[in-house]
Amino acid sequence: MKIAVCLSHVPDTTTRIRFVDNNRRLDTNGVQWIINPWDELALTRALEIKESSGGRVEKVTVVHVGRAGADPTLRKAMAIGADNAIRVDADPADAFSVASHLAAALRQESFDLILCGIESSDYNNSAVGGMLAELLSVTSVSAVSGLEPADDGWLLHRDIDGGVEKIVASSPLVAIVQKGIAREPRIPSMRGIMMAKQKPLQVVPGVEVNPLTEYLGFEIPAPKPPCRKLDPEQVKELAGLLHKEAKVI
Amino acid sequence: MSVLVFAENWDGKFKKITHELVSYASGIAELTGGVVNVLSIGKVEEDELTGLGRFGAEKIWKVEGDEVAFLDNRVFASVLAEAVEKTGSRTVVLAHNNTGKAVAPCLSARLKAALGASVVALPESHNPFVVKKKVFNGNAFARVALNTEMRVLTLMQNSYGLHEREKQPEILDFVPGKAEKPAIRVEEVRKQTGKILLADADIVVSGGRGMKGPENWTMLEELAGVLNAATACSRPVSDEGWRPHSEHTGQTGKIIAPSLYIAVGISGAIQHVAGVRGSKYIVAINKDPDAPIFEVADYGIVGDAFKVVPEFTRAVEEVKKS
Ligand SMILES: Cc1cc2nc3c(=O)[nH]c(=O)nc-3n(C[C@H](O)[C@H](O)[C@H](O)COP(=O)(O)OP(=O)(O)OC[C@H]3O[C@@H](n4cnc5c(N)ncnc54)[C@H](O)[C@@H]3O)c2cc1C
Ligand SMILES: Nc1ncnc2c1ncn2[C@@H]1O[C@H](COP(=O)(O)O)[C@@H](O)[C@H]1O
Repeated sequence: MKIAVCLSHVPDTTTRIRFVDNNRRLDTNGVQWIINPWDELALTRALEIKESSGGRVEKVTVVHVGRAGADPTLRKAMAIGADNAIRVDADPADAFSVASHLAAALRQESFDLILCGIESSDYNNSAVGGMLAELLSVTSVSAVSGLEPADDGWLLHRDIDGGVEKIVASSPLVAIVQKGIAREPRIPSMRGIMMAKQKPLQVVPGVEVNPLTEYLGFEIPAPKPPCRKLDPEQVKELAGLLHKEAKVI
Repeated sequence: MSVLVFAENWDGKFKKITHELVSYASGIAELTGGVVNVLSIGKVEEDELTGLGRFGAEKIWKVEGDEVAFLDNRVFASVLAEAVEKTGSRTVVLAHNNTGKAVAPCLSARLKAALGASVVALPESHNPFVVKKKVFNGNAFARVALNTEMRVLTLMQNSYGLHEREKQPEILDFVPGKAEKPAIRVEEVRKQTGKILLADADIVVSGGRGMKGPENWTMLEELAGVLNAATACSRPVSDEGWRPHSEHTGQTGKIIAPSLYIAVGISGAIQHVAGVRGSKYIVAINKDPDAPIFEVADYGIVGDAFKVVPEFTRAVEEVKKS
């Protein structure tokens, strides 16, 4: 069995977001790039599954659509434990084009399980996983908070409003994962970092695809008016303000 | 250029988000012309269906067959695609919630229709079709052109609101003939009952590490009880096991947008705020006057939660009585 994990490469979650070029482009000055938090958890879970599979899972491959700037991120993923990496050398113009590039790359090999995160923390689309599944004509399950191999495929936990469903799905499957899928993301060990240097990072060309959307520009929300700070003795005033001024209670 | 709303139901009922979706679709129909269609999936009470007329629904198509008994992304996408064809819709509107996030991208790829995800307002123009969407976890918005004749939108909850445009809806059966076969099996459904769901709550009382330990949540539950609110928490609190994971709000937990969010003993880290900044009002109770939560709060009390919360609960009770 083979598992693929789709990695998106995003600004660190504490980045102060600013734009340049007349608010048309993210200011990448000083931005630290990380593996999208969900994808890091997906990779962690994929490795756990491989390790406890008794050899049934032969490899975990990480896949990314983007330019060479992301190579350190892919090396990091291999240092964490991925066996190999594929980078589709194309601009991630929009979710549909990313999904199209991924579909073409993943079609080359038969993966039993493809993992995506529920959203990239940059453009917040929650789109690539579902689009990829559809382009591959494969089943997808979203909001996955638990995943393990079963006799005839995969056993999943899917979050629903106020609860969880236990689902059985057969391979191949695209699982779109969220909180709960793994406890803590793994961090690379010294040995992992050394080994990652020897692991294959394959660069493949993208396919012909027209993006369906175009980002025209960005705006930062107007700052909120300053907080009305009250003293501990003024709880009554607070309750009054919420009732009379804000009208929320 | 008709619009199609995807309406899921919860035990036969719709929620505020469904009304918001229909309101939003009516807003789009005003812009582009055409009829507001609703595709209702599963068994729904009749007056719930007609109730959508208040927000501008004109044709309500119900699908009640076994094919939609549970969510299978490809099945739902295929049923929606067929409904798009049948109704001649050019725009499909779904909620940016678990179900919408699962189905919308499949539908978008199937129809080669541009996806506008997590949109927060009516399109600024329809030719080109330009939407405003949340990016960078709410730290910014983007204007995105959807350059296809057909498009799929997912709407953030509580961003457009309810707008009444009274219509007398026609209720019709829709029997899909081209649905995909389900490829998953739901073995078990576990649902908590009785509690107000975080995703639906109009008021949320949330606690952070400043609460010191799980035993101190009684205080927050009492406040939540008085306010008819749901409870939530910061990530370390759920990581520690003080509270269930389902209550964790923030970038990596639940993203919520209630009318009122009360943050107690929460410092206001950027990742926490990413999940709650869509709230209409934020109240912070924190003993540190420099805690970053005060930068996003509308009202705050600088003080010890253990003293402030019980007194505030009593003050709210008074207000409610008056
Ligand atoms: C990739 C990533 C993703 C993350 N995602 C999330 C997320 O989704 N959600 C999330 O919440 N966090 C998330 N975090 C963690 C986040 O960075 C913060 O560590 C976390 O939000 C802090 O939780 P807290 O405010 O409860 O605790 P603390 O930061 O420890 O704050 C406790 C607060 O309580 C106050 N306090 C203490 N005692 C009292 C008292 N007696 N009365 C009143 N106030 C008191 C203190 O002044 C302090 O402000 C994420 C971090 C990373 C790196
Ligand atoms: N450029 C990319 N390369 C590979 N995978 C990606 C890329 N962008 C997004 N993904 C995957 O799709 C998921 C959802 O991203 P998005 O649709 O951008 O919110 C991410 O968590 C990744 O698993």
